[in-house]
Amino acid sequence: MLELRNITKRFGDVLANDNVNIVVKPGTIHAIVGENGAGKSTAMRIAYGFYKADSGEIIVDGQARQINSPHDAIALGIGMVHQHFMLVSTMTVAENIVLGAEPGSEIALDLHKATTDIQGLSEEFKLAVNPHAVIEHLSVGQQQRVELLKALYRHARVLILDEPTAVLTPQEVDEFFAILRGMRQQGKTVVIITHKLSEVLAISDEVTVMRDGRVVGQVATKDTNAAELARMMVGREVLLRVEKPDADVGTAELSVKNLSVSTSNGTKRVNDVSFEVRKGEILGIAGVEGNGQTELIEALAGLILAAHLTGAIRLEGRDITRVNARARRELGIAHIPEDRHRRGLLLDFSLAENSILGVHYRKPVVSTAGVFLDDQAIRKRAAQIIEDFDVRPTNQELPARALSGGNQQKLIIGREFELHPKLLLVSQPTRGVDIGAIEFIHRKLVALRDAGCAVLLVSAELEEVTALADRLLIIHEGRIVGDVDPKVATIEQIGLLMAGGH
Amino acid sequence: MRDLFTIALIWSTVRLATPLILAALGGLFSERSGIINIALEGKMLAGAFTAAAVTYAADSKLHLGAASPWIGLLAGMSAGIFIAAIYAIVCIRYKADQVVSGTAINILMIGVPGFLSGALFLSSGSTPQIPKEQLIPWAPIIIAFAMVPITWYVLYRTPFGLRLRSVGENPEAADAAGVSVSRIRYSGVLIAGALAGMGGAYLSIGQSSLFTRNMTSGRGFIALAALIFGKWRPVQTLLACLLFGFTEAVSIQMQGAIKLPAFFATLLRQTPGDDIPVQFIQMVPYLLTIIVLAGFIGSSRPPRALGIPYQKEK
Repeated sequence: MLELRNITKRFGDVLANDNVNIVVKPGTIHAIVGENGAGKSTAMRIAYGFYKADSGEIIVDGQARQINSPHDAIALGIGMVHQHFMLVSTMTVAENIVLGAEPGSEIALDLHKATTDIQGLSEEFKLAVNPHAVIEHLSVGQQQRVELLKALYRHARVLILDEPTAVLTPQEVDEFFAILRGMRQQGKTVVIITHKLSEVLAISDEVTVMRDGRVVGQVATKDTNAAELARMMVGREVLLRVEKPDADVGTAELSVKNLSVSTSNGTKRVNDVSFEVRKGEILGIAGVEGNGQTELIEALAGLILAAHLTGAIRLEGRDITRVNARARRELGIAHIPEDRHRRGLLLDFSLAENSILGVHYRKPVVSTAGVFLDDQAIRKRAAQIIEDFDVRPTNQELPARALSGGNQQKLIIGREFELHPKLLLVSQPTRGVDIGAIEFIHRKLVALRDAGCAVLLVSAELEEVTALADRLLIIHEGRIVGDVDPKVATIEQIGLLMAGGH
Repeated sequence: MRDLFTIALIWSTVRLATPLILAALGGLFSERSGIINIALEGKMLAGAFTAAAVTYAADSKLHLGAASPWIGLLAGMSAGIFIAAIYAIVCIRYKADQVVSGTAINILMIGVPGFLSGALFLSSGSTPQIPKEQLIPWAPIIIAFAMVPITWYVLYRTPFGLRLRSVGENPEAADAAGVSVSRIRYSGVLIAGALAGMGGAYLSIGQSSLFTRNMTSGRGFIALAALIFGKWRPVQTLLACLLFGFTEAVSIQMQGAIKLPAFFATLLRQTPGDDIPVQFIQMVPYLLTIIVLAGFIGSSRPPRALGIPYQKEK
């Protein structure tokens, strides 16, 4: 059906795909697994014409084909749903689905026919969605259905799905898998890119495992198991269990009372939230992304205008609701942001410069005169962080951009730990980070907790948050809807709460 | 004061709004595709000069008579398209900064017509007078107003319009859906060139009878303001253009018609009862532009990808 033969693709100095061979058989669900940065998405984006391979060929239905743009891929019956949805948020469902393949003539768009066609497809594949709804008013799950319909509307025979479950609750994942099985039954071929082994085993017929831009194996799912796949992915035995002693909990460090956060147009992203984080514990917050976690953390870090907040934030009893971000850092709040490129680093600045962000105006980084940066002090600090947090490469003159995601993250974590915080706000600490670095980061977080720091952890990875947290809150549409003991609660229970159920 | 608001004033509003409507609708096509159109001014100037020069030549040298202004109008549009093509290549093919290259075109077009008129007509800055019967006072007005429903229809009821809007909002999504982002953007910018060129042509061979140096005097920017004030939608943009046209019409009627109140007289060191200084009245439309842009648009949301060149592989 679809075959990638000897595909090689380079981005600058990075070899993203190194002689990749993948064979997808018709009528199957084919999983492509690998760690972040293993080259899964790159390979599939080449198949969809988004990138052009440096060498190698793509075979569709037994014939070598030139695929220079998504337009070509669509013509050959290849559809793709990207990890970040490719939808125009101000337009309607119907407009998005027909875009580029519009019914009617060049001078008259037949939206009526579009609507009927879409309703037909909706029923056939059990993808209920209102064709007249505007995308930005839809939930992520519904938007995903629109993406699937978009591919089906173009008569896609092969659907490539890039990390489709990242945005779904466990229950939605089950529903989604049922839809995929239905598609397979109707003769469609599905390629699913993921890094979650449980999903691979649950849904796929065959698996291709990738590591460092290469294919390390292609096996039938029934002949393999999670342990074997993990070993192939990482290249060594992995133990993905966090080892931590019981928490030695002290008094409340942070207390949040009736906190609400509104956007400038008045919608409440965080709605009347109250909780405490005590010294020496990790408080986890689980939830489907986009349910107010970002706003909550940013409100606590002082990154949201006080005018948009109601309620009170107290640090060791002191009201800091109206204290700005710099003063909050001086009071002992450190922040590891969810998006390290947006909030965490200046990508074109050197590691040394990045390592002093947030302390760049005070001793010891600024010399006694209080005016000039002390180059030696900066180097010393940067070298310390690079060593303690195993940042590689170790050359502190390199721009942050030159580092892998995991090393960038370790640099940020090192910088924030260097503040010796009383409270650490940490969001998605291991997103886009390889498994080795994940183990390292987890150990560091637990060590900080054991040193008496209060840690507030937000993560979209349910396994991560349940493994690390001593207590777990569940957030849904800006409200805290559950408070569970992660040692006792099951994934199903937590998933149900994440979806807004009880 | 009452006799100010007459049929004449309405008529004057319509005439003054026409070049703004043409340019603003042109800008709409370009900006909805994601390309900022700060070069509207330059395109209008190109259109105005070319239309006047070609009409004059067609009439007095080729003796084409009544066809002359039509040829001039087409030539003005072509000049707008030509300038737009340069702008499009620079912005789309070479991904240059749209504000900087647009500004360069505006500055260039202040100089080029003067240079060309010097070379062609031995006059610095203006073209020779065109006889009154060879002007085209009506057609551009009709076209401008007809273009409003046409633009609406194209934007919301044709595949091209759907693609145009999607490319301006989320070019990656459009690309993923098999739409050629650059082709749509070229179309948008070229349509803008044609319409702005026509708007300029109307100034030189419709409203007046020759091209004078910098005769657009900022109308391209006012059109851009109207487009923003009109939230990048055809009907609202029309209304914004009419508002600006109206202010200009009022300011023209006010010249000499209103006496200077005592307070302002003292402020401006003039005798009470004098006419309001012409310069002050002429300032009003521009002042309004600033006030509108600064104060009233508030939540006007531009196409999301406006001004951002589309990079396929990141």
